Amino acid sequence: MKLELRGITKRFGSLVANDHIDLTVAPGQIHALLGENGAGKTTLMNVLYGLTRPDEGEILLDGQAREFRSPADAIGAGIGMVHQHFMLVPVFTVTENVTLGVERTRWPGLLDRRRARREVRELSQRYGLNVNPDAYVENLPVGVQQRVEIIKALLREANVLILDEPTAVLTPGETEDLFRIMRELKAGGRSIIFISHKLREVQAIADTITVIRRGSVVGQRPPTATGSELASLMVGRPVELRVHKEPARPGAVVLDADGLTVPDDQGNPAVKDLSLQVHAGEIVGIAGVQGNGQTELCEALVGLRPVGAGRLRLDGDDISRQTTRQRLAGGMGYIPEDRTEDGLVGDFPVADNIILDVYHRAPYARGIALDLGQVDSTAVSRVSEFDIRTTSVQAPTSTLSGGNQQKVILAREIGRDLRVLVASQPTRGLDVGSIEFVHRRIVEQRDQGVAVLIISSELDEIYALADRIAVMYEGRITGIRPPTVPVAELGLLMTGADGGPAGEPAGTEAPAGTEAQQLYVPQPAEQEAPPAPPGDGHD
Amino acid sequence: MERVSSLAGAITEPLQAHRRLLAAATFALLGLVDILVFARFAGHSQATFALSLPDAQITVPSLHVPAAPTAYALGAVSLAAAVARAVREPSQRLRRWLIAVVLLCFVISLLCWADAGKIPLNLVNLLQSTVAFSIPLVLGALAGCLCERSGVINIAIEGQLLMGAFGSAIVASAFGTLWLGLLTGSLAGGLIGVLLAVFAIRYLVDQVILGVVLNVLASGLTGYLYDRALVPFQNTLNSPTTFPAVKVPLLGDIPILGPIFFDSTVFLYLSYALIIAVQVGLFSTRWGLRARAVGEHPVAADTVGINVLATRYRNVILGGLIAGIGGAWLTLGSVGSFGKDMSSGMGYIALAALVFGRWTPLGAVAAALLFGFTSALQSIMATLNVPIPSNILLMAPYVATIVAVAGLVGRGRAPRADGKPYVTS
Repeated sequence: MKLELRGITKRFGSLVANDHIDLTVAPGQIHALLGENGAGKTTLMNVLYGLTRPDEGEILLDGQAREFRSPADAIGAGIGMVHQHFMLVPVFTVTENVTLGVERTRWPGLLDRRRARREVRELSQRYGLNVNPDAYVENLPVGVQQRVEIIKALLREANVLILDEPTAVLTPGETEDLFRIMRELKAGGRSIIFISHKLREVQAIADTITVIRRGSVVGQRPPTATGSELASLMVGRPVELRVHKEPARPGAVVLDADGLTVPDDQGNPAVKDLSLQVHAGEIVGIAGVQGNGQTELCEALVGLRPVGAGRLRLDGDDISRQTTRQRLAGGMGYIPEDRTEDGLVGDFPVADNIILDVYHRAPYARGIALDLGQVDSTAVSRVSEFDIRTTSVQAPTSTLSGGNQQKVILAREIGRDLRVLVASQPTRGLDVGSIEFVHRRIVEQRDQGVAVLIISSELDEIYALADRIAVMYEGRITGIRPPTVPVAELGLLMTGADGGPAGEPAGTEAPAGTEAQQLYVPQPAEQEAPPAPPGDGHD
Repeated sequence: MERVSSLAGAITEPLQAHRRLLAAATFALLGLVDILVFARFAGHSQATFALSLPDAQITVPSLHVPAAPTAYALGAVSLAAAVARAVREPSQRLRRWLIAVVLLCFVISLLCWADAGKIPLNLVNLLQSTVAFSIPLVLGALAGCLCERSGVINIAIEGQLLMGAFGSAIVASAFGTLWLGLLTGSLAGGLIGVLLAVFAIRYLVDQVILGVVLNVLASGLTGYLYDRALVPFQNTLNSPTTFPAVKVPLLGDIPILGPIFFDSTVFLYLSYALIIAVQVGLFSTRWGLRARAVGEHPVAADTVGINVLATRYRNVILGGLIAGIGGAWLTLGSVGSFGKDMSSGMGYIALAALVFGRWTPLGAVAAALLFGFTSALQSIMATLNVPIPSNILLMAPYVATIVAVAGLVGRGRAPRADGKPYVTS
């Protein structure tokens, strides 16, 4: 099925999320949509999937104009979508999830579980998805859940499959599996729209790359285009893809976790007997797929979650039982992974958010009152120091862009003298400019002798920043490696394997910087379903 | 509720051992009560348990047991269970069995003591009233199940019962037709369901507060109308008769089981049908799968073309209709006239049964039977002149509720989107 988008325009108030976007996806093509967060990729796909109505423009399938009022319309027209956040009911089985909405029934209206199960199994086998139809989704690894989503689309006979940032939650190994599946789907004549902001993945899998910036298509390139070309197209200016930093000069141990065990909300240990030391003047990066205890570890470090067992020391003092305020006073800084939820009070002005952790101290507090003048002047100087783009320090923080919100958090956290900085997903969802800014500031902190702990599920970020890389899997550190470790080895560690140096494929050596970095997804070695050679497979 | 469970969860590891000892201590305590109270004060007389009703076709001989030795033996069993519980963490299945055994020992010891040297205590009668008392709880819990499975918290079961009782009494009395009264009761419960649905789904009112407000509304409205209309016109508006008991041919003559399960009013048979309908409906039909999806992950349901809001409206109103039938039982199945606030917290107990039954229809029914049993036990104890103040006896169902929900519920999980309004951007 040939899919054409013509002049799609979507406005949200004064913001033009999509500005006359034209896009043609040929049958059997993997078409990558490359763009930064907020460039309008997801809006465009929501339009295509019937979740959002466009203000202008039309959608054509095989030359016929179609109108999608709801996802049901889009599904009916053969469009399937795998959302970034999976749309699966955790307590349902794979079969129940897949058939939800298109249930197979038998007399007198009961669910025909046997038939549904058989269909799921057939699809799973045909595309090598390897999914057990009777497994409960909550027990499945993320990679498998994603395949359940794919089966869901296939059962609805999707000819065009939209994958929205599908690799964000995957380990390198799982990404490799996904790419193999994508190639098989392509060989079966289905088109795939692959949304991503990761250059290397796009280059590896796409037949054609369409780059979107600020709601407009800014170019179309073959996958042979160089990384820097694509990056500058995506950002709109030449981009420095590597972080400049001198070798670390680590000092004494500042943060010392010793046999740390932390329970999750259900009371099961999310962090298990974890020991890790961070020295002054070094950045330790914790790599790993989300949901392996990183969140709980962070919260335990900062004091938002009780430590079940083990010790936590800051400069040798036991802080395991200290309150969050005591820890902050002891020199801990914290950049939470979800800035809108845990990092900021959205309705508060920028100024209030900047002093949110020191409002009770001089010079901001005077007796029981706040010195508003002092608050304002501090805020004004921080805003200029951190280049926070806001109309005023009194503007509600929620009106700022993601990058500027993150700068507010940075201004608050590293505006005071730190001993240790804990940063979780510090650049998630930010544009390239803001990423550069945040990274530079973090490295600056390190150079001033702060012990920095970065938790990130983006391997690029870990490679760019870390002086030592610790990999977390199921609540444990499965290995600590220097930043020269090959990606394949990290990938193994991220799946719990012991990750010895043996068996790593050639060509996956980690490079010094992102730009020169090779694909961590090796080209497939299988004989069947040979992928079209990059560059000439598209039309 | 979510906060409580997460709090309870955060301390689980040390809690495992803690909980084990706590459970063992509770078992031991109950066992000691069996021995030191019931056995000791039972004297040397016999307790007699009758196993058939006076008019039974086939009579089963009564059971004569020596009260004190029986209580001693049962107490010993409980103590053994306590030891078993303290030694090692048993499997979940075994854990439940142990709880059941200890509770059963306690209840039998209690009965031995209460009946020692007195007129025979009719066990069939006791269980028959257990089933009867359970009807409004079962129907209320099913109503709650339908609502909460689709993601709307229903605290208003109490109000639905009350409205059902009120509406059915008036209509049955005024028109002299019991069936019309039953229908009206159901519709009156459904009306509260409509209010709950509209305010919770359309206007996004906090569902717990909303439920309580609806209960207050139902109580105030029926109380006012009772004073103004039902009291002055007692004969025309508040004197419906009750549904007669209908014995099922053959099944109703089975010794012991027959009178308990197959010789009752239409309400019991309706309850059977509704239990089956809700259980099968929720877990084996398209409608149920969709409703549960809506209660767990409404966004996912929406993206596959399921109308989330319509599903919720439907379930909440259906729930109200079912709870209304439970309300009608209060007047047309039991008392025979409406009384102010006659639901007396049964809606809340039904809610507790739902939670205790882990949001499953069958689990809720089992829990409702347990609560019904405490009610029946309390009323029979009162007739036996046991030396326990009647006010304390009346507390029994509520105490059982608190103990069950606080102590025994364990890891039940509410539907994930329960109580969360669905708003599309």
